[in-house]
Amino acid sequence: MSETVKVPTMAEYMAAGKKPEVLFWVGCAGSFDDRAKKITKAFVKLLHNANVDFAVLGTEESCTGDPAKRSGNEFLFQMQAVTNIEVMNAYEIKKVVTACPHCFNTLKNEYPALGGDYEVMHHTQFLKSLLDEGRLKVEGGKFKGKRITFHDPCYLGRANNEYEAPRDLLRKLEVELVEMKRCKRDGFCCGAGGAQMFKEPESGKKDVNVERTEDALETKPNIIAAGCPFCNTMMTDGVKNKEKEDSIEVLDVAELIANAQDL
Amino acid sequence: MQYIPNIIFAIALIIGIGYFTKNIRKVIRNIRLGKDVDRTDNKGERFRNMARIALGQSKMVRRPIAGILHIIVYIGFIIINIEVLEIIIDGIFGTHRIFAFLGSFYNFLIGSFEILAFLVFVGVIVFWIRRNVMRIKRFWNPEMKGWPKNDGNLILYFEMVLMTLFLVMNAVDLQLQNLDAAHYVKAGSYPISQFITPLFNGMNEGTLVFIERGAWWLHILGILVFLNYLYFSKHLHILLAFPNTYYGDLRPKGQMDNLESVTKEVMLMMDPNADPFAAPASDEPEGEPEKFGASDVMDLDWVQLLNSYTCTECGRCTSECPANQTGKKLSPRKIMMDTRDRLQEVGDNIDKNGSFVDDGKQLLNEYITPEELWACTSCNACVEACPVSISPLSIILDMRRYLVMEQSAAPSDLNNMMSNIENNGAPWPFNQMDRLNWSNEE
Repeated sequence: MSETVKVPTMAEYMAAGKKPEVLFWVGCAGSFDDRAKKITKAFVKLLHNANVDFAVLGTEESCTGDPAKRSGNEFLFQMQAVTNIEVMNAYEIKKVVTACPHCFNTLKNEYPALGGDYEVMHHTQFLKSLLDEGRLKVEGGKFKGKRITFHDPCYLGRANNEYEAPRDLLRKLEVELVEMKRCKRDGFCCGAGGAQMFKEPESGKKDVNVERTEDALETKPNIIAAGCPFCNTMMTDGVKNKEKEDSIEVLDVAELIANAQDL
Repeated sequence: MQYIPNIIFAIALIIGIGYFTKNIRKVIRNIRLGKDVDRTDNKGERFRNMARIALGQSKMVRRPIAGILHIIVYIGFIIINIEVLEIIIDGIFGTHRIFAFLGSFYNFLIGSFEILAFLVFVGVIVFWIRRNVMRIKRFWNPEMKGWPKNDGNLILYFEMVLMTLFLVMNAVDLQLQNLDAAHYVKAGSYPISQFITPLFNGMNEGTLVFIERGAWWLHILGILVFLNYLYFSKHLHILLAFPNTYYGDLRPKGQMDNLESVTKEVMLMMDPNADPFAAPASDEPEGEPEKFGASDVMDLDWVQLLNSYTCTECGRCTSECPANQTGKKLSPRKIMMDTRDRLQEVGDNIDKNGSFVDDGKQLLNEYITPEELWACTSCNACVEACPVSISPLSIILDMRRYLVMEQSAAPSDLNNMMSNIENNGAPWPFNQMDRLNWSNEE
């Protein structure tokens, strides 16, 4: 980060006797993966820019348990969930935003029955709400007129029926938004979900991310926009596989908005 | 003597409906072998889903060609069955075209039936061409060899024959009406079969009556045979699509159920006051501890089993599955077919032995291999694609749960991922204390 932006933790807020407007759930990828950390930082810049009073759990955050659950390890999932819920309830969290659709889906749908009931938003939904409230300005800037195609993350799209928030934000960037032949409801997975991210694929003809990257390349984009750190990795790898990394960038919606304004 | 046809008809009807009822009761009993799951909530929304998805065919038309053809066959099937009511009454009471007194409305009805029958005939021919001449890929997957392929074609032949018999019966009837034959009341309009009628010019009345009666009998007997064929066929979807869409999962697709048996254990582990040596509470049922996940059909819930009987093997799920489309073994349709075939096997076992006797087989391994299960990305494309609200994904997840929690049989990469989560709260081996380091990095 060119200028370090202060990232307050819930513990600091608690010590100061304050409560933030929203908890930013960073997620494992956003915390540790070098590529995803850039998304995290871009999103934090946007939060600052919009004067959003937010905090993170920092070292008190732990995996939501999504990959464990999708692998079939319900024990591990529920242990993670119950521990995280204990922490969040102790801080009396009401609203959570996350840049990872897997965290988003798990926190929103699978935590309530275990005692963790929060208003959970994906970062594209949250940014859209900031835009609607006039707190965030989204302008074309350097992406004006670029051809951009948006890859729907399964856990945001089909899993939770959110197709428009990321597209609304992209349109505001005055880009030429082009759709892949399989999009929205019919979007094709990047290949990372269901814990596939962490294992080798079963034998087959092709890797899923390559198939999906071919969909994206058909639209002749300048940029492939993503809304999930795992999709981002898979699509970036796919673009490299096609040796197109010099001409096509894979960027998160948050990065696009932040970079457009040179934040 | 003159009542013999009526009696034969009544006996055929009783046998046809009786055997069908007996088999449907088996289907219901087999579905009830599944575990309980509560789907009594949100009745309004459930009815709306059934009306929209099953009755209204809303998801069928997402693929316009197959969807529209299907709607024609579906409407034809339902409407033409009104005619079956007349046939049954005529058959039992020895009458002929009992509803003829409806006059012009009767003409309208018969006319519409004929047009629909013709459209169904054409639709079914196109279906047959799509399967056998155009060889659309989803009808030629490995799981579609043998019976599933023949079943698909047999249904089409059945419908072609039934529609032909219906139109021939009408064509000859019209010819007899023109000849002022006795009993053949002048009624009905025949927009389609009038073009078949000239084929029967010059035949004498006796021959014509023989052909008309023959077509009439073959048509109604064919319908009874087809009705009984349903139980042995994927075609059962014409009935089960309705309950299946009614009992479908209403939650967001991304939401997977939290296993209650696990919650109990986890809560006990998290409770500092819990006494691990405490005697079980008196209200706790004794017996074997519950199995985690599913390795056989009895471990699945009844909605999943209903799903398996409802599947009509259209293959839309498989044609959108990212794993299948990139050449992996997983096919969501095969998951449903295997579940149904195993359930049928368990049902037959119960019929034979009175209650289920261990046959050394189960759904896992004998039908569905771990390789298939591990290829799933849980992307929900199969669930979204299904025109009748089937969820292959929920079965895949339950079977993964068995592999991981009962057998510790996850792929080693996943074991590493899970031990990382256990040890340091992330799927990768990073220290939890480093979680906020990104905020200080350049």
